[in-house]
Amino acid sequence: MSASNQVSAVLAQGGAIPAPHIEYGQIAPMLLVFGVAIAGVVVEAFVGRTWRYTVQVPLAFLGLAGAFVWTIVLGWRDKPFHVAAEGALGVDGPTLFLQGTILVLALISLLLIAERGSSGQGGVGGGHFTAQAAALPGTEAEQETMAAGITQTEVFPLLMFAVGGMVMFPASNDLLTMFVALEVLSLPLYLLCGLARRRRLLSQEAAVKYFLLGAFSSAFFLYGTALLYGYAGSVRLSDIAAQLSRDAGSETLLLGGVALLSVGLLFKLGAVPFHMWKPDVYQGAPTPITALMASCTLVAAFGAMLRVFYVAFENMKWDWRPAMWGVAILTMVIGAVIAITQTDIKRMLAYSSIAHAGFLLTGVIATSADGLSGTLFYLAAYGFTTIGAFAVITMVRDAGGEAAHLSRWAGLGKRSPVVAGTFAFFLLAFAGIPLTSGFTGKFAVFKAAIEAGATPLVIIGVLSSAIAAFFYVRVIVVMFFSEPEADGPTVVVGLPTAAAVALGLTATVVLGVLPQPMLDLAGHAASQMFVR
Amino acid sequence: MSDFPWLSVLIALPLLGALLVGVLPRGREALVKQTALGVSVLVAVLTLVMAARFDSGGARFQFEEKYWWIKQFGVHWAVGVDGVALVLVVLSVILVPLVMLASWSEADRSGGVDVPPKRSVKTYFALLLALEAAMIGVFVATDVFLFYVFFEAMLIPVYFIIGSYGGLQRSYAAVKFLLYSLLGGLVMLVAVIWLYPLSAKSAADGGLGHGTFLFSELSKMNIDPTTAKWLFLGFFLAFAIKAPMVPVHTWLPDAAQQSPAGALVLIVGVLDKVGTYGMLRFCLELFPGAAKWATPVVLGLAVLSIIYGAVLAIGQVDLKRLIAYTSVSHFGFIVLGIFAMTSQGQSGATLYMVNHGFSTGALFLIVGFMIVRRRSARIGDFGGVQKVAPVLAGTFLVAGLSGLSLPGLSPFVSEFLVFTGTFSRYRVPAVIATIGIVLAAVYILWMYQRTMGGPSTEKVQGMTDLSAREKWALAPIIAIIVAMGVFPQPVLNVINPSVKQTLVRVDRHDPAPKITGNVAENGARP
Repeated sequence: MSASNQVSAVLAQGGAIPAPHIEYGQIAPMLLVFGVAIAGVVVEAFVGRTWRYTVQVPLAFLGLAGAFVWTIVLGWRDKPFHVAAEGALGVDGPTLFLQGTILVLALISLLLIAERGSSGQGGVGGGHFTAQAAALPGTEAEQETMAAGITQTEVFPLLMFAVGGMVMFPASNDLLTMFVALEVLSLPLYLLCGLARRRRLLSQEAAVKYFLLGAFSSAFFLYGTALLYGYAGSVRLSDIAAQLSRDAGSETLLLGGVALLSVGLLFKLGAVPFHMWKPDVYQGAPTPITALMASCTLVAAFGAMLRVFYVAFENMKWDWRPAMWGVAILTMVIGAVIAITQTDIKRMLAYSSIAHAGFLLTGVIATSADGLSGTLFYLAAYGFTTIGAFAVITMVRDAGGEAAHLSRWAGLGKRSPVVAGTFAFFLLAFAGIPLTSGFTGKFAVFKAAIEAGATPLVIIGVLSSAIAAFFYVRVIVVMFFSEPEADGPTVVVGLPTAAAVALGLTATVVLGVLPQPMLDLAGHAASQMFVR
Repeated sequence: MSDFPWLSVLIALPLLGALLVGVLPRGREALVKQTALGVSVLVAVLTLVMAARFDSGGARFQFEEKYWWIKQFGVHWAVGVDGVALVLVVLSVILVPLVMLASWSEADRSGGVDVPPKRSVKTYFALLLALEAAMIGVFVATDVFLFYVFFEAMLIPVYFIIGSYGGLQRSYAAVKFLLYSLLGGLVMLVAVIWLYPLSAKSAADGGLGHGTFLFSELSKMNIDPTTAKWLFLGFFLAFAIKAPMVPVHTWLPDAAQQSPAGALVLIVGVLDKVGTYGMLRFCLELFPGAAKWATPVVLGLAVLSIIYGAVLAIGQVDLKRLIAYTSVSHFGFIVLGIFAMTSQGQSGATLYMVNHGFSTGALFLIVGFMIVRRRSARIGDFGGVQKVAPVLAGTFLVAGLSGLSLPGLSPFVSEFLVFTGTFSRYRVPAVIATIGIVLAAVYILWMYQRTMGGPSTEKVQGMTDLSAREKWALAPIIAIIVAMGVFPQPVLNVINPSVKQTLVRVDRHDPAPKITGNVAENGARP
């Protein structure tokens, strides 16, 4: 019986098509975030310009906080392990952990995005974002919008759409839903990248690059999905897994599908050799957006990666593991080595983020409950630290915006010891010095990898850590052991940014010194693995 | 008082002191220094009280505490001291207040060759206290994970001290120091993590059935020989860098030349001992089979360190570099004693760690005083100092003579024990190592001759003698060097039982003394 016959058979039954069963309570966090995003669009359309900022910030804040609380309730009330929305979305321990992490990190990023007072020059406020993205750089239109003191507020609904996509991405239980989530999270991010207030050409270049490469990788993802549909006759992850365990179907379609799908996923998390976008985009994007991408997007991408490889392809781990070994090794080593030569601090952190993606991949490769919980912990720990680090970068300012060049940071330890000390602490956490969350995270994934027999990978991991330590300590050298320049940058502390730094710092210390509760949480979340 | 948490308090106290010093108001420099000194003296007094309560005939580890720290990883906050750890903790806590006293004005005035601009005094003293906490922690940790945490945490204060308060090339030296140590530490980290799945294996597979990092349990495991060799190498590399042994010693001369003299006492006197302490405690007891397997190579490296360090020391023109190279040589002796695997050798090596801490500490302190006066560390910038500053020259001579192990001063006892201990099992290395003694006489006496002896040149005119503060900083060290040279038995009594345990674990017994027998036959008994 062909598909068209089925369709006509269904149509013949008239109005008897059953409505899909949606568990609204289970997926409420996602719905809430999307709802707030749409409300934000409405606010943009109907609320007067002077009031928009005042309305958008609390709206976005409440939306994210509400979704977070709901996620906690979902995790608290029972042990969630089921699929929702006709099997399109999974609601299980790891997913809720990832969603909670994304929402908290998004809240902290929101603090940075909402910062409006700090970049004021000559009485013109406006924060990190251009007043009107459509006004071409260097034109009169731009001058006018600047002079009018317009405040950018479209970022808030865009942010909410992006976060909605990120929350949905790791929950997607079939590849089409996952693709939709991927697009929903990516498209707003492309836009957000191009909205920087300073160095607008760089920002727009970053947006275009990200868009082109991102669209390319989405195509890979979609092609992979199509091939896997050809293999399993379904895009549902559990069906693919079932087909694998039957050992039926065309191997060509399977391998091709897995490879192409992996390209799409690895692109999103910036693994070598699909990392080319990261330095340019991280450098060009407005720093709060960089913070958002470096934390939330990474968490979401790893969440999806974990689900795909732990659910759909678990039975063929002997096939994908060697390739993933190669990717992990390349990612760790190339990220660490290239970072050494960077002179722009955001670019350097971009390469550092690539190296960390490599460390995280060792946890994925472990394919065990320990590997899963270790990766979850690492993601949360790294997210907090990285937002804190980017928040500090937004504070250190020159006449032309952020003092991005490393040499400008010389002697910051003498000008503002607290800010420089905090940044140094974040760098030590990235380097994985004990008593910081970075060490605990690294320990967790490396332990899982050794238990899974991937000791050579761990040795390469620690060697890359040693290389990476070099460029982290180099920044500390510049900040503390060099003499300040006469016209060095000033440190501008806005309250929301300071709050973001404080939260990042607190999390980095607590997860380093007393990681037990968080490890328990991650372990508990990972105990039953993903729902199928 | 028996369940008073001595060791946790000893770690927490300097840490709290560091925080206290850190929040003191800027500009109250005298108050900062007095507070820091007060805290460190309090720690020293407490430690001595604890040491007096140590029962050398009792259980191996005493003052033990054990709480869960990170249950998920099987990590405990487990501390305890045996004789070896105890004497090293005592060494650390005695040196810290003396270093503070000696470098009273190091931060506000330049201690280095060039004159770096004024630095934050309170940061310097806060870092010293933080370092003290980490140093105590690293010696008393009885959980391998906890040991690793302190091992790495120790690096950060030192890094900032060298980088902020050092000489002209300070940032280069600081980065080199940190990267060497981090690399070693990270390689050790792999071995540390590896221990967990090994211990989690069932007892039938040589594991314990539950993952743990507790030293007391790990040392009961029988790890399969191949794995043990890898793990041994992981630990040994970290400790060899730390110690430092040839060929991974190159960070030390640079760090020594650039570091302020006060902190240098702690770096060479205590920090580097963590390397040799780690070999004795972890390399030997966790992997006894692998340690025996590696012994020939390690002994070779030790002898190489002894000779090479001494030869390079002779050629130095910078006082701090010179003493740094003598330490490379001395650490060779310590490693030799440890891997001789005899009770005399290991007791001697442990005693050597303590004596070397005091004797090199005194040398560095005096060199520091000389640098403050002359604004130079070059030997060529001195000459005839004993005419203008006789007390300085006299103490320098005593410290120097202890460095070449003159009988009657404490290093002699330990060096003698190391030699007899080594000779009874490994004759050839012991014989070669004796060349080191001759070379020691050369580098110390020649250094003394060039800086202190001869006619008083105009270069040192106006050089003042030691001030009362400087004398007070040196007097206790000199007293200890003499006292332990004459009467080392109390310290040896504390060390010996622990060393015996180590030897039981590596299954080595002291060879019976041989008087007869021809040398050709017994020359290189394994």
